[in-house]
Amino acid sequence: MLFAAVVSLTILGTVFGLLLGVAARYLKVEGNPLVAELEQLLPGSQCGQCGFPGCTGAAQALADGSAPVTLCPPGGRAVVQLLADKLGIEADLSGVEEKGPMIAEVKEEICIGCTRCFKVCPTDAIMGAAQQIHVVFREACTACGKCEEVCPTESIKLQAVPVTLQSWYWNKPMAGEAV
Amino acid sequence: MKLFDLKGGVHPEGKKDLSAERHIRALPLPKKLYVPLQQHIGAPATPIVNVGNKVLKGQLIATAQGAVSSSIHAPTSGTITALGDHVAPHPSGLPVPTITLESDGEDRWFMTRIVDDPLALAPEEVAACVAAAGIVGLGGATFPSALKLNLSRSSGVQTLIMNGGECEPYLTCDDRIMRERAVEIVEGIRLIAHAVAAKEILVGIEDNKPEAIAAMQEAAQGTTVKVVAMPSMYPMGSEKQIIQVLTGNEVPAGGRPADIGVLVHNVATAFAVQQAVRYGKPLISRIVTISGGAILQPCNLEVLIGTPLQELIDFNGGYTQPAARLVLGGPMMGQQFTNTNVPVVKGTSGVLALLASEIGHAEASPCIRCSTCVRACPVGLLPLEMAAHIRTADLTGAVALGLKDCIACGSCSYVCPAHIPLVHFFNYAKGDLAAQERSKLKQEATKKLAEARNERLARIERERAEAAAKRKAAREAKERAAKEAAAKAAEEAV
Amino acid sequence: MNPIAHSPHAHAPVSIGKVMGTVLLALTPATLFGFWLYGWPAVNLWAVALIAAILGEAFVVRMQGRKVRPVLMDGSGILTAWLLVLSLPPYAPWWIAVLGSLFAVIIGKQVFGGLGQNVFNPAMAARVMLLISFPLEMTTWVAPATPGFMESLRITFFSQPIDGMASASLLGHVKTEFTRGIGLDQALTGYYAPLDMLWGSRTGSLGETAAVLLLIGGLFLIARRIITWHAPFAMLLGVAVPALLFNAIDGNHYAGPMVHLLSGGLMLGAFFIVTDPVTSPNTALGQFIFGLSCGLLTWIVRTWGGYPEGVAFAVLLMNAATPIIDQYVKPRIYGRDRKGAALTANK
Repeated sequence: MLFAAVVSLTILGTVFGLLLGVAARYLKVEGNPLVAELEQLLPGSQCGQCGFPGCTGAAQALADGSAPVTLCPPGGRAVVQLLADKLGIEADLSGVEEKGPMIAEVKEEICIGCTRCFKVCPTDAIMGAAQQIHVVFREACTACGKCEEVCPTESIKLQAVPVTLQSWYWNKPMAGEAV
Repeated sequence: MKLFDLKGGVHPEGKKDLSAERHIRALPLPKKLYVPLQQHIGAPATPIVNVGNKVLKGQLIATAQGAVSSSIHAPTSGTITALGDHVAPHPSGLPVPTITLESDGEDRWFMTRIVDDPLALAPEEVAACVAAAGIVGLGGATFPSALKLNLSRSSGVQTLIMNGGECEPYLTCDDRIMRERAVEIVEGIRLIAHAVAAKEILVGIEDNKPEAIAAMQEAAQGTTVKVVAMPSMYPMGSEKQIIQVLTGNEVPAGGRPADIGVLVHNVATAFAVQQAVRYGKPLISRIVTISGGAILQPCNLEVLIGTPLQELIDFNGGYTQPAARLVLGGPMMGQQFTNTNVPVVKGTSGVLALLASEIGHAEASPCIRCSTCVRACPVGLLPLEMAAHIRTADLTGAVALGLKDCIACGSCSYVCPAHIPLVHFFNYAKGDLAAQERSKLKQEATKKLAEARNERLARIERERAEAAAKRKAAREAKERAAKEAAAKAAEEAV
Repeated sequence: MNPIAHSPHAHAPVSIGKVMGTVLLALTPATLFGFWLYGWPAVNLWAVALIAAILGEAFVVRMQGRKVRPVLMDGSGILTAWLLVLSLPPYAPWWIAVLGSLFAVIIGKQVFGGLGQNVFNPAMAARVMLLISFPLEMTTWVAPATPGFMESLRITFFSQPIDGMASASLLGHVKTEFTRGIGLDQALTGYYAPLDMLWGSRTGSLGETAAVLLLIGGLFLIARRIITWHAPFAMLLGVAVPALLFNAIDGNHYAGPMVHLLSGGLMLGAFFIVTDPVTSPNTALGQFIFGLSCGLLTWIVRTWGGYPEGVAFAVLLMNAATPIIDQYVKPRIYGRDRKGAALTANK
């Protein structure tokens, strides 16, 4: 009786082990398609604010789990949600919410029209010409902050996006209470 | 006529007796009028006047922009004193671009054109008159009426429903206008029906307004307009609900009433249409109910668009005691305001000054899953479940439960024994989802821009390299040629 | 921080405290009847249970660092203890009531996160815990009697033996007789008096015997729209229909519907236990399914189970099934079909 059990379990183990081994060899996935899919979701402006070399690097870090889904500041909560959905994890939006969306703005009084900012802008969101005041297209700005770094007069700065009648919405009720 | 059942619904205390017997009176001409450029759903109107311009009453001062918009007219004669921001009738208290008009006290009309037989006009002409008059839905949704007429005409309408429900407590502006101007309303209704070629015309009025029903029935005699008394229940005056009760059909989720051959307009809109088509008068005034426990003498006033709310409150003696909350519209869906310099706009149906006892506010306590909200919801949602999902930041879960079908009527919040701000949760979630949607769209757009830039930079690099290679090749060819020439010369020399 | 209040700017005059208070009011006639029937020991037990629930809840809520007052004021702890004590044998010792109450409010409710978060009906969870842990104390029934106040203290607090008055509940008696091979005809003789059972002059738990008073309380709650008819009606149906069927097949083995409806804790269960909003489904159809299943399970436990009464077990089993009922039974949304797809446009 005991012998039969040992034999049958051994056979079962061997067969399933072989099956798994064969499956691993023949159904092998080349590379990690997740990285490409994640990269698709990222803004693609290669701004480097996440601390990784561009969006590909960030996608790799996300895929191997070494970076949180909240890593992308210009992406905002929409991207956090998308990444969390893709990775099948719960998004912790609490940290992202605080900062709020930002946008670059030019202080016209001190802009010298040096054109440095629009040379580095990854989305061509800054319009201007040499010796002329530059303007930021709000719709195109991802608030990556590259322009802020290169501006010699601190004329271009990231600002909180002003709330308008169109963008305003109700706050979350009962926020202070335990869930 | 057979009526159909409304799912859910609540019975808030009507409080209509406060102002229901008060005749409509005209508010004296205010000195300054603040006319916002956005009083409707859609794009804001563009001003066509400048500071210092003199305008006459009814003169066009801002034109509609784009497909969904509405034009705006001077409520009285006077001088434009400012084009700029003024606090909006909106819970945010944010500014909205506004035309400020100082009245000259003469109230002189811009020329008007009188049509003797408006029903003889072509349907398109009626719609054009409505568009020119800047009429929007006066029930509160403020959707441009002409657009609704044109959309309905092109898709074909069987039934025109005139909404005289006025299910919000306190409000009596529609009740009064139906009692006092029934003949004009019926003509307006027939004009709307004419404009969309509707075969059946139903006027639904809640049975707590017997005088309005009688007045409308009398005015409708001899016409195809059918006045129907509906049971008093909130939200009977909601578009989807009144369709369900009167026709038994439901507007498909995500669709419009026109999808099932129905068009719904408010009765006050019908009056505005009649005035516009017959007398060429644009929409520059409306009836507003002033009521609430803190108001000395509740009343119904005909008010010019742009009148600061303070003047409405003061007109009949002001407050009896300090109001705990000021509300624009009805108590169920209206919005609190704190700045009484906010102007009356086309969608303003009421100004309420409520006492704390009328509001019945209490701190929220835990949900006991009593499902009173489920029974109250006229849409068939599970408010308690949706709010629980939103509380834990699971907006996707709330959407799966039907968040987008919520009409924000507030019935759930009204009945909740735990005083959980359910509809506040839903409006927060809808706003948050819309913001996420906007940022997603921006994300896609900026991504394309980034790709375009990268491509461009790569192309420039490539072209530069090619140019350099070409130059190099040319230089080499030249050198080679020179060399060859030199060699040849040497050869020849030899 | 937005100081502007969201609509609605009107609110129905209701609160959790009022809801709980109305339920307590509806329980009062049956409770007073229990006091009258069993005398002072019943009053003692009731008072001890309520005090234990209040103190126990206050203690754990304070340990959690939450405000004690609003939690106690919602009245849910009192209601839980009240329901529990109505389901206890009236001459049970004091510690049964204390242990049950503490278990109900602490393990049954607060451990899950407080009001509204518990999966199982706290009163029924406590009752089952007591029944399993202390079968002797929980099944020592007495015939209605009214001992004096001093004697009652000895009964409740010093476990004075009560042999003289010992009796058995109808369901317990029938079960015992069955195990001895005695048929229903004989077993019921002298035990089953429909009129007495209707009024509640019978052996049983403290507050479960007065069928008519419980029914009146339940109808009052339905009239006040605190509960709906679905779950109670379905539960009674779930017991009565199989009882009727099997009684018709074998009258000597299966008790008839009236015996079932009027005995044990069915009336209390139908109107006050399966209607507990926290642990029951949130749609009318869901509540009907829930009540029907509770009734059916009760009848099955009574008929074939090891215990004479099955309401508590049935309720706990169905509490566990509530989330799945809610998952599958949802109201149809306006403009959509039952599956959630948008209706098609038709003119």
